[in-house]
Amino acid sequence: MSGILDIVYAEYNYWIYVTLMMIGFYAMIAKKNLIKKIIGANIFQTAIFLFYISLADVTKGTAPILVGGHGAEHAEHAADVIYTNPVPHCLILTAIVVAVSTTAVALALIIRIYNEYGSIEEDVILAARKELQPEFSEHARQRGVAEVSEQ
Amino acid sequence: MMVIEINSITPLLAVLVSMVASVMILAFGKYPNIREGWTFVAAFIKFGLVISMLPLILKGNVVTYTVVEMLPNLPIAFKVDAFGILFAITSSFLWIFVTSYSIGYMRSLKEHAQTRYFFCFAIALSSAVGIAFSANLVTLFLFYELLTISTYPLVAHIETPEAISSGRKYLTYLMIAGVSLLFSIVVVYHYTGTTEFSFAGIAGMETIPQTTLVILFITFMIGCAKAAFMPLHAWLPAAMIAPTPVSALLHAVAVVKAGVFTALRVILYVFGVDLMQGSGLWLYMAYFVSITIILASIYALMQDNLKKRLAYSTVSQLSYIVLGAVLITPHGLTGGMLHIPYHAFMKITLFMCAGALIVTAKKENISEMKGIARQMPITMIAFTVGALGMIGMPPVGGYVTKWFLLLGAAELHSMILIAVLLVSAILNAAYFFPVIYVAFFKKPDHELKYKEAPLTMLVPLVLTAIVSIVIGIWPDAPGMFLDIVEIAVANVTGGGI
Amino acid sequence: MTGFELIATHLPILTVVVPLIAGFLTPIVGWIDRRLPWYWVMLAMFVVLLIAGNNLVTVINSGTIQYKLGGWDPPFGIEYVIDLLNGFVCLIIAFIAFMVSIYSKESVKKEVPGKTTPFYSVFLLLITGLMGMTITGDIFNFYVFLEISSLTAYALIAMGDRGDGVVASFNYLIMGTVAASFILLGIGYLYAVTGTLNMADMQNLLPSIYQNKVVLAALAFFMVGFSIKVGLFPLHAWLPDAYTHAPSTASALIAGLMTKVGAYAMIRFMFGVFTPDFVITTTGMTNILAWAAALAIIVGSVLAIAQSDIKRMLAYSSISQIGYILLGVGLANMIGMEGGLLHVLNHALMKCALFLVAGAIFYKTGIRNLYQFKGLGKKMPVTTTVFMIAALSMIGVPGTVGFTSKWYLALGSVDAGQWIFVFVILLSSLLNIVYFWRVFDNIWFGHPHEIEHIKKDEAPLTMLAPMVILALLCVFFGLFAYYPVHYVIEPLSVELLKLGGMP
Repeated sequence: MSGILDIVYAEYNYWIYVTLMMIGFYAMIAKKNLIKKIIGANIFQTAIFLFYISLADVTKGTAPILVGGHGAEHAEHAADVIYTNPVPHCLILTAIVVAVSTTAVALALIIRIYNEYGSIEEDVILAARKELQPEFSEHARQRGVAEVSEQ
Repeated sequence: MMVIEINSITPLLAVLVSMVASVMILAFGKYPNIREGWTFVAAFIKFGLVISMLPLILKGNVVTYTVVEMLPNLPIAFKVDAFGILFAITSSFLWIFVTSYSIGYMRSLKEHAQTRYFFCFAIALSSAVGIAFSANLVTLFLFYELLTISTYPLVAHIETPEAISSGRKYLTYLMIAGVSLLFSIVVVYHYTGTTEFSFAGIAGMETIPQTTLVILFITFMIGCAKAAFMPLHAWLPAAMIAPTPVSALLHAVAVVKAGVFTALRVILYVFGVDLMQGSGLWLYMAYFVSITIILASIYALMQDNLKKRLAYSTVSQLSYIVLGAVLITPHGLTGGMLHIPYHAFMKITLFMCAGALIVTAKKENISEMKGIARQMPITMIAFTVGALGMIGMPPVGGYVTKWFLLLGAAELHSMILIAVLLVSAILNAAYFFPVIYVAFFKKPDHELKYKEAPLTMLVPLVLTAIVSIVIGIWPDAPGMFLDIVEIAVANVTGGGI
Repeated sequence: MTGFELIATHLPILTVVVPLIAGFLTPIVGWIDRRLPWYWVMLAMFVVLLIAGNNLVTVINSGTIQYKLGGWDPPFGIEYVIDLLNGFVCLIIAFIAFMVSIYSKESVKKEVPGKTTPFYSVFLLLITGLMGMTITGDIFNFYVFLEISSLTAYALIAMGDRGDGVVASFNYLIMGTVAASFILLGIGYLYAVTGTLNMADMQNLLPSIYQNKVVLAALAFFMVGFSIKVGLFPLHAWLPDAYTHAPSTASALIAGLMTKVGAYAMIRFMFGVFTPDFVITTTGMTNILAWAAALAIIVGSVLAIAQSDIKRMLAYSSISQIGYILLGVGLANMIGMEGGLLHVLNHALMKCALFLVAGAIFYKTGIRNLYQFKGLGKKMPVTTTVFMIAALSMIGVPGTVGFTSKWYLALGSVDAGQWIFVFVILLSSLLNIVYFWRVFDNIWFGHPHEIEHIKKDEAPLTMLAPMVILALLCVFFGLFAYYPVHYVIEPLSVELLKLGGMP
């Protein structure tokens, strides 16, 4: 028992990110409300960001800012300092920007959908589409044929 | 025999002539006379170009031309040999007649979409000659598919739901055939690394394992569904819905002939004589087509619609050609190959007569044709000539090919095959004589006032009937079909007869 | 002369920078005059086309181009690498985009009224994204461009049919986000085990740690992510709606390019980040891919038969055609690979032409239901002829591009001993005949006496010209496939499968 717990504890950061990711993924797929879907997407993405960030961490590492100063006289001193890895942070800054823009686009789309169908519930929208647009239904074929034969 | 390859652009020109003509036909669609003028001009030029290569072929040479390297090691190329030019002469010569006949037929019936009709016709002719001149399987496949596509609008020409469903049937059969052919070509290429025809069969075919070889042969033969072998024949009677000149095209000039031509090319120039004999495939194929010969004749007996009866007759006759090829003996080969032009001339005569009856008398069923010969004597005499040829009575051409086929079967001492040939001759008589009898000797139910068909239709059918007799009386005149066939047979058997 | 030489060294990056800058300048251009953005986009796309062409020629003549962004040496800085594979794909992108930009003039004016300037702006940014994805040699940079192209695609699709377009776009967004997140996660995994983001560097480092489960997980994440992006069969749900309800211009662009670039990315990751022996033998990933692709080919074709909306039908046919490309890749032998790569070009030409035709018909008649197409052959002869050529090409009639790729794929399947794939390919061409022939019958046949008096009423020249060019290319590359195969596809397949022997 304690063995499993140890494993969980030792890599708890990964467990957190996986749990979060699954929560987000579930929300994206299973929730009927479009806003909730987007919230799910955000949780999903944030989970990945956390994974990157925890990846960057080095035990007892410090912020990747040069300690001491520049120049050859500080060289031996610099080697003693342990820095966290700065690259994932930079990557995630970019990814956050991407995530925010995705969210923005999604919200804009939801507003358009709401204006069109008066709802943000997926099943209501689906029903409305079938009603508004016969082309969407599978009866289109018969309809097309019928129209031609009427002529 | 030394075969010299002569590089010349003539084969390409012969194929392209009608392509160019088809464009002109479209361009002049609004002026029927100019439009049909183009068709005529193209027909004559095409025949001239094909014939111009004949002297070289008769000397035993071949004419080659590589158009383009489509893919590495996969060129689109032409190679005119004796067998190819045999088919090319047949179809390009008959195109002249069919053109004249079409003009008369289409104008008499005031058919719609005539521009489309002549356009597709020209393309179909290009494809037929393309098939004849193909140097390899891929080129052949290209034109084979083009032929299918270009004849579809012709079959579905009248655009009624029935016509379109017949067209669909036609397309279904032929496209499945096309796919099967493609599969076979891929397999051949996989094993041999080439698709180029060769007189002795493609080198490397013998490395294919026996089971694969049998499957390959079957898929090839499915691919030749244009030849209307028995389980795959249903498209041909269905296609009878098309205008009669189209039926003539299907039966005599291009489509089914392209099918048997492909079958023979595959049997003789891909598998090769030795492999056919070595693997024993020839015997199975011979029995298989024998069934078609007999069954199709029996089906023909049961038809009252004249065009359908002719269609089943075609199914049966085509299998003669393949039978001749799989006999593998020189005489059998001669009979089979020779039957391509001979059957074409006789069958086109018959179809043009049937069409003339439809145009003037509006009659399609045999039972309604009582005494019609008194009003349309020339048409019915031509019909009789064609029918006698089919049965195999001298002096009309048909007996020549049957004679060779019988000789071939006799050389193999195969009583079954001899019996098949004789029984089928009797069956041929059984389904053609009633037509002649009804037309000439039965009293009409009421007074008939028909005239002969217009001259544009009458002249071609009389001419083809005369040709049918001429090739029967002088089959061995120099430069005639027999000469060409002899060279072709010598090529594939590797020696003289 | 010196001016050109100055630019010449920066040509690789210009394929990305030109549309990017042009995209941001479009609002200004549109503010000056509403009619200008079309000329502006055309100009930009033409420049990109020239650059992409030049790049490919350079690659063919003198080998891979490496461009260090900002002068940082790889693997520390971002590196742009143009080899045969992405030079080839870049040229396709540039060409198709140029054609579509010519076509767009009237279509956009009608279908996206009043929003032409934003449309063109997003159009250019989409090209930026696609170009960037293709050209980059840096795995994270790839992700950024992937998102640029996705976001712009969502925007373009949302400009389509009222309501439907937006819903389609939203569904695509959800699926696309999942895909992109998976890819991001995969990138994270690979970074965690190798510590580099440079593709070439990664390929050198990875073989020593192939036993590591993390590498395997990364590969799985990539494959799932890209499968969503290309719309491989079970993950295709977003695709039909998105293609159907986008504006015609956007449909043509997205159908012609997005999935191709997705397929490119798949190939690049499988063979350019991982190594062929890993994806082929160690994990058997190519085998899985081939089977999935075979399924997609059949299911896509069958579903296409059930459709009556022409764009929807074409969308389902895309699903099956993507299967062709991936089947070729999945066969993982020389000939199959050639077939798959050739189909990237071929399918781009054919499918783009078909969507352009669908757009032109919609522009003139407002009809998308193919059962109402009766008499169109008389009304729009050129458009329908283009349709016929492209559709015959899809069927795989010899003499058109469809045949060449089908030939290679069938031959590749036989070479791999996978006879079942040969049957799949042949069966699918029969199914293609079924669904395209319904359209032919409706276009060319139908009530002859009613259509007798139909007047010829063709689409405008700006629409016709690109369609006709694409149709001619369908035939040209069908007959002269030797050139792309000899100069690009063959050496490329050798390079990808590492058949030339590792250095």
